[in-house]
Amino acid sequence: MIPEVGHYALILALCVAVVQGTLPIYGAAVGNSSLMAVAKPAARGQFLLVLLAFCCLGYAFADKDFSVLYVAATSNSQLPLHYRLAAIWGAHEGSLLLWMFILSIWMVAVSFFSTHLPEAMRARILGVMGLVSVGFLLFMLTVSNPFERLIPAALDGRDLNPLLQDPGMVIHPPMLYMGYVGFSVAFSFAIAALLGGTLDAAWARWSRPWTTVAWCFMTVGVAMGSGWAYYELGWGGWWFWDPVENASFMPWLAGTALMHSLAVTDKRGGFKAWSVLLAIMAFSLSLLGTFLVRSGVLTSVHAFATDPKRGLFILIFLAVVIGGSLVLYAWRAPRVGLGGSFALISREGMLLANNVLLVAALGSVLLGTLYPLFLDALDLGKISVGPPYFDTVFLPLMTPAIFLMGIGPLAQWKQASLPALAIRLRWAFGVSLATAVAVPWLMGQWTPLISLGLLLAFWILATILVDLRERLLQAESGSVGGRLATLPRAYWGMVVAHAGVALFIVGVTMVKGFEVEQDVRMNVGETATLGGYTFRFDGTEQVNGPNYVAARGTFHVSQDGREVTVMYPEKRRYFVQNQTMTEAAISPGLLRDLYVSLGEPLEGGAWSVRLYHKPFIDWIWGGCLVMASGGILAVSDRRYRLAWRRKEAAVPATAQMARPTVS
Amino acid sequence: MTPRKKRFVLIGLGLGALAVAAFLVLNAFQSNLVFFYTPTQAANGDVPQGRSFRIGGMVEAGSLTREGDGLTVHFVVTDMAKRVPVTFKGILPDLFKEGKGVVAQGQLAANGAFLASEVLAKHDENYMPPEAADALAKAKTAGAQSSGTLVVNPR
Repeated sequence: MIPEVGHYALILALCVAVVQGTLPIYGAAVGNSSLMAVAKPAARGQFLLVLLAFCCLGYAFADKDFSVLYVAATSNSQLPLHYRLAAIWGAHEGSLLLWMFILSIWMVAVSFFSTHLPEAMRARILGVMGLVSVGFLLFMLTVSNPFERLIPAALDGRDLNPLLQDPGMVIHPPMLYMGYVGFSVAFSFAIAALLGGTLDAAWARWSRPWTTVAWCFMTVGVAMGSGWAYYELGWGGWWFWDPVENASFMPWLAGTALMHSLAVTDKRGGFKAWSVLLAIMAFSLSLLGTFLVRSGVLTSVHAFATDPKRGLFILIFLAVVIGGSLVLYAWRAPRVGLGGSFALISREGMLLANNVLLVAALGSVLLGTLYPLFLDALDLGKISVGPPYFDTVFLPLMTPAIFLMGIGPLAQWKQASLPALAIRLRWAFGVSLATAVAVPWLMGQWTPLISLGLLLAFWILATILVDLRERLLQAESGSVGGRLATLPRAYWGMVVAHAGVALFIVGVTMVKGFEVEQDVRMNVGETATLGGYTFRFDGTEQVNGPNYVAARGTFHVSQDGREVTVMYPEKRRYFVQNQTMTEAAISPGLLRDLYVSLGEPLEGGAWSVRLYHKPFIDWIWGGCLVMASGGILAVSDRRYRLAWRRKEAAVPATAQMARPTVS
Repeated sequence: MTPRKKRFVLIGLGLGALAVAAFLVLNAFQSNLVFFYTPTQAANGDVPQGRSFRIGGMVEAGSLTREGDGLTVHFVVTDMAKRVPVTFKGILPDLFKEGKGVVAQGQLAANGAFLASEVLAKHDENYMPPEAADALAKAKTAGAQSSGTLVVNPR
C-alpha cells in the first residue's frame, strides 16, 4: 500500500510540475500576475508530494518490504537500518528520486528566499525549475520507477554493494547532488533572464549567493567522494581521474568559473553573456554527469542502469535541455550588450584569464572522458585515457590560473598598472620563491615539481597577506582587530576560499612528492619500516560483523622505539553477495597518515600487506572544506541579507520587468 | 588602445590559450592513450612493442601460482581461444578470482609473457569487465567462423 502511495505522489507531482512549468512562464510573457502567482504554491506543493514519495521509499526500506523490486535489489534483512536508509540512493532508481527530492528542496528555497525578486523573474525561475522536474519525473515514471513491485515478493534482498556500506556513502551522494542540482538554480536564473531580456548587475547579484551555495555543496561532495575512494577502495589513492570522478569534477570547474564571472557582472556589469553561458554549461555538465554515471555507459561502482531505454531517455533529455537553452542563448544573448570596458591589465582581465583557463581545463577533462566513449560507440577500438594524460594537461593549465589568483584580488577594476603591481608583490614573490626552494631541500628531496607546488601555495598565502596589510593601512584608524572587522564578509570569504586552495596544493604536492608505499609479505611477528615508522604484524583474528565475517590484523606501529598507535585493518567477506572487501586501517594526523591494508592470506598465517606513509594527505580534504567554508562566509555577507529584506523596494520594478528591457 | 584593437588582442590571447591547450591535449593524448587488446591479438603478436596496453579476458581456472616472496603472482588470461601468461608483482584486487573476468595493464615481454603493472578487477563478483566480455565474444565468433573449434562458453 505504502509504495503505491509513493508512486501516486510522484504522478501528482508530475501534474503539478507541468502546471508550474507552463502557466507562470506564460503569465510572465503576457504580464498576467495571477498566472505568475501560481509558481510559488506549485513549487511548495510539488515539494510536499516528492517528500511524501521519498518517505514512502524510506519506509519500504525500513520495513524490509522485499515486494518492492528496488528494495529487494539493494538491501537485505541483515543490513543495519542506517545503511538500509542510505540504500535509498544506493542504486539507480532511488538516486533519481534523491535528485528529484533535492531539486524540490531547491525550489522551495527559491520560493521562500525570492521575495525581493520582481514577480515576473520569480515566476520564470520557478517555471524553468518546474520544466526540469517534469523531465526527471517523466523519466522516473516511465523507465525507472523506484516503487515497481516484485511479485511474488523476494524472501530476502540481494543486499547493498559492500563498497557502499560505509558512513561516507551515507552522506556523499546527498552532498554531491545538492551541488549538482543547485546549479539548476543558477541555470534557471540565467534562462529566466534570457526569457525576460533583463540581464543586468541585479540579476548577477541575485544569482550569486545561489551559485556559491551550490558550489560549496559541490566542493564538499567531490572531496567526500575522493576521501571515500581513499579509505574504502584500499588502494591509498585519492583521485584516479576515473570518468565518474571527472563527471563530478567538470561541473565543479564550470561552477568555479561561473562564480568568478558573476563577480564581474555584479560589480562591473561585464561578462554578462559569458556568465549566462557558464550557468548553462554548469548545469548541462551536471546533467551530463548524471547521464555518464547513471546510464551504465561507464563501468564503475556508480553505474547501475543497463537498460538502454534509460540511456536513450537521458540522452534525449540532455539534448533538449542543452540544445534548447543554447538556442535560446543564441537568440537572446546578442541583445544583452557587452557591459563596461576594461583594460587588459585589470581585475576583469585577470578574472577573464582565470575563466579561460578553467574552461580550457574543463574542455581537456571533457575530451579525455568522452573520447574513449566515442571511439567505443563508433566501434573504432577500445582505449582508456589514464591519469598521466590528465596530469600533463592539467598542471600547465592550472599553474598560470593559480598564479593569477594571487594577483587578481590586488589589481584594480577597469585598469591596473603592471609595474605598480610588481612593486606591491615583489616581497610576496621573493618570500614564496625562497620558501619553495628551501623547504624541499631541507626535507631532503628537491624536485622541480615539489618546488613549483609549494611556490604556488606560498604565493597564494603571501599575496593574501600583502592584500590584508594594504587594506588595513587604508582603513580608518582603530585597533587592528576593529579594522579587520570592518572588511566585508564577502572579502573574507574570498580570502578563506583562496587559502583553502593553498592548503589543497600543499597537500597534493607533499603527497605526490614524499609518499612512500610498500607491498610486503609479513609473517606473524615480522616488522617492516616505512617513513621512519616500524610496523609489527601480530597476526589476524576472526571478527564477526552484522552481515560479514572479517579477518582482522593487528599492527603495532612505533617510532624511535616508542609505540605510536595500534592499527586494525580488516579483510571482510560479506555473506549475501559473497564479496571480499578490504577495510584499510588509517592512523590520521595533521602532518601524515599511516595506512595499512591487508592483501591476501599466505601460508602459515602470513599476509601480503600494503603499507603507506602519506605526508599531509589530510590537507587535501581540509583544503576543500576550507574552500567551502569560504563560500559560506561570502554568502553570509550583509549585502545579500539586506537584499532579502528589501522586499518593498523591488515591487515597483515589476511593471518594468514585464516588458523585455535590454540594457 | 582603441576598443577595436583591444578586442583583437583579447581574441588573440584567447586563441593562443586555446592553441596551447590543444597542443598539450594532443601531445598528452599521443603518449598516454592505452589501447585494449584481446588475448588472441596478444598471442598473435598484433600488439605494440615497448608500449603499455591493456589486455582482458578470463583468469584461467587453476592457473594462479605465487612465488616465494608472496607478492609475485603468475596467472593465465584467456579468451577461450588463446592463452597469455601474465606476471604481476603486487597485491591483487579483492575481486580477482580464477574463472572470473580481469583486465591487466602492462607490456609484453620478449618471451611472450605479459608483465602487468596494474591488475583491474573491480565491481561485484558477477560482473564482467566489458572489455573482457568483448574479447571473449570476439574470440567465440572468430572461432565459430574460421575453424569450427569447440569454444567453451564461459557461463
